[in-house]
Amino acid sequence: MEESSAFVEFRNVQKSYDGETLVVKDFNLSIAQGEFVTMLGPSGSGKTTCLMMLAGFEPVTHGEILLKGRPINDVPPHKRGIGMVFQNYALFPHMTVAENLAFPLKVRKVSDADVETKVNRALEMVELPGFGNRRPAQLSGGQQQRVAVARALVFDPELILMDEPLGALDKQLREQMQYEIKHIHEELGVTMVYVTHDQAEALTMSDRIAVFEDGVVQQLASPADLYEKPENAFVAGFIGENNRLSGTVKEVDGDVCKVALDEGGTVNAEMVDAGGVGARATLSIRPERVELLGDDGTMPNCVLGRIEELIYLGDHVRIRMTVAGTDEFIVKVRNSADRRDLQEGDEMSIGWRSRDCRALEPIDA
Amino acid sequence: MTAAEIHQPETGAMLTTADGAPLKEALARAMRRARFRAFLLVVPLLIFVLVTFAVPIAQMLYLSIHNPVFSDHMPRLTAYFEAHPDIDVPGEDGFAALALDLAASKKDRSAGRVGTRINYERPGSNSLFKSGARKAAKFKGPPYKEKLLKHRKDWADPHLWNVMKRAAQAHTLGFYAAALDLTYDKKGEITRVAPERRIYVMLFVRTFLLSALIAALCLLLGFPVAYLLANLPLRYSNLLMILVLLPFWTSLLVRTTSWITLLQSQGVLNDLMVATGMVGDDGRIQLMYNQAGTIIAMTHILLPFMILPLYSVMKTIPPSYMRAARSLGATPVTAFMKVYFPQTIPGIGAGCLLVFILAIGYYITPALVGGSTGELISNQIAFHMQSSLNWSLAAALGAILLFGVVLLYWLYDRLIGIDNMKFG
Ligand SMILES: Nc1ncnc2c1ncn2[C@@H]1O[C@H](COP(=O)(O)OP(=O)(O)OP(=O)(O)O)[C@@H](O)[C@H]1O
Ligand SMILES: [Mg+2]
Repeated sequence: MEESSAFVEFRNVQKSYDGETLVVKDFNLSIAQGEFVTMLGPSGSGKTTCLMMLAGFEPVTHGEILLKGRPINDVPPHKRGIGMVFQNYALFPHMTVAENLAFPLKVRKVSDADVETKVNRALEMVELPGFGNRRPAQLSGGQQQRVAVARALVFDPELILMDEPLGALDKQLREQMQYEIKHIHEELGVTMVYVTHDQAEALTMSDRIAVFEDGVVQQLASPADLYEKPENAFVAGFIGENNRLSGTVKEVDGDVCKVALDEGGTVNAEMVDAGGVGARATLSIRPERVELLGDDGTMPNCVLGRIEELIYLGDHVRIRMTVAGTDEFIVKVRNSADRRDLQEGDEMSIGWRSRDCRALEPIDA
Repeated sequence: MTAAEIHQPETGAMLTTADGAPLKEALARAMRRARFRAFLLVVPLLIFVLVTFAVPIAQMLYLSIHNPVFSDHMPRLTAYFEAHPDIDVPGEDGFAALALDLAASKKDRSAGRVGTRINYERPGSNSLFKSGARKAAKFKGPPYKEKLLKHRKDWADPHLWNVMKRAAQAHTLGFYAAALDLTYDKKGEITRVAPERRIYVMLFVRTFLLSALIAALCLLLGFPVAYLLANLPLRYSNLLMILVLLPFWTSLLVRTTSWITLLQSQGVLNDLMVATGMVGDDGRIQLMYNQAGTIIAMTHILLPFMILPLYSVMKTIPPSYMRAARSLGATPVTAFMKVYFPQTIPGIGAGCLLVFILAIGYYITPALVGGSTGELISNQIAFHMQSSLNWSLAAALGAILLFGVVLLYWLYDRLIGIDNMKFG
């Protein structure tokens, strides 16, 4: 393998707790300096486990983790110099906020004067000046979260890990903290590895997102690519809303293919990871990319649908339709001035562009 | 007021509720109602504690300064002492009062009790009073002094009269003096008792030292066990918990007896050491019937009282604290000392206090395995309660012990803070 310039690198990492099942299977990831990478995935998919291996709290069963090109498998956690924010914050309850922040500096034998300036600077950065003498128990959840972030930053680590740091906060505070963490990341230029199972959080904050499922990275890509070009059915279903139609591949021509729907009709689609001619395929179409066609509508892909339910959401209307055998087909229509008058039970043609429809290998095929 | 001003915002105005009442008063009123409700809930317990605990303790404290046996049964002599406070050995008038009281005590069969009371301080007085009372009942008239002296020369002993004079005072600090190895000499001044009779102060010191040592040993042995209990996977920790609680399932006597079989000089442990050649057959180590026995057995018996509060505190410390400390750069040792250990202090405080206070009051175990060097003050209290029947002295010893515990508790509160304590 060639020497990489990656800041953090996982090479073929595997992890098993009990020697029977692999919780992480062949995990590869390289993170550039200053990057914000998020591990996103459903509960139990191994995100925390990967983070704990990087922090040094769980031994790696197989493979290698490199930090700045050096293998760190055998480096104990306190020598890795990685700042970490825990899900429950793990602020030391018997110390004041200032003592909590001073802790990483004191163990590094920083002089008292420097400790004070650094602690004050860190408190200012998270907008909590003057809270130094409080105990963690006297802070609100959001304030504790800021202190935890400040503590992970105060000793100037180059890498910061966060394990669902905003999980315990309400929606509004969570959005505000997302912005602040992102802001701190940009200001300090540190590398961040962030764990969450909230896809909106992942999409807004990250440079790149690794989507986890069952110990395997399904796709590693920028938020836009992840949303626009999911590489398999799991990612397509996990990120954002997505309509699925199933069919059989009839014709393949480079990147495009023709798929015959089970309920009749043929559509053009982008060929992603479905098999060759004759293979089963799941078509994935984003609800906002589907258009309602008038009688004169022209679209390369047209099917007939019937409106089952209309949900008014202010800026847009969600329409649940029966299309090609499924009654869970969702269409999002902008609530614009010229929108059509729709009624439940209406039948009409709908259509989409070929490149908005991706032919993927079915999950349980 | 200055302190309050500092906490006020710049305006310096008093904070008020919406309708203008001072905030502090409104708060106090709200709290008062909550407190009253809480008080009502504890009333049944309060009454129970009062009847079964506070009253007996008050009674004991009173008993330690009030012993009316002599003044009740020897009224004439008591009156005589009141009239002649400076008398040493009296003349005929004093002996007349004594003889008449003795004759009366023969009738109401109280001579034994009076004799016992004097016997506390002047050994041999018990029989003197009993036979004296029998004699005096047959006296037809004066001269009483001559007749009594004919019965026993002892009746003219100035020490006896000194003791009787003090016993005539129902309210006395004499028992506290006795409990601290002090006595009144012939001139009525407080002095220390003869060196060979000084036992209580030494026993108090030993009791406090041994209890502290036992608490320290329990902490040393219990801390790692509690840590394991709190951190092992459930199936192992459950088993360990059963082992920890095992001593509670067996009777105290059974446990103590098993210690005897194990530790006596012909016991299992010594046999093992002789068999393996660690000690010679003539060099068997004395582990029973001395202080070592008391320490070993009581440490074992009190260990759960240390482990349980420690465990309950450790259980609440999430492992993420240690991880956080390590990720922040602390070595495992530093992380333990600076982050884990400080959070266990409430448990340590509770465990030590619990073990210490229980150890101070223990008496069965030291009595069975302690021999004479392993005896504690409670054994003396038990002795005076059950054998010598000097309840006032037992009460005085108990009161001093109680005072010592309260003092320690107060010290603990000042140093660590009772609010920080967690018993489980
Ligand atoms: N200490 C452990 N011992 C044994 N198995 C474990 C341990 N920690 C985690 N696992 C298992 O490993 C798998 C992955 O766990 P992990 O905590 O990494 O998931 P996660 O992706 O962080 O999930 P979540 O979003 O719920 O936090 C799970 O099936 C879990 O049961
Ligand atoms: Mg997790």
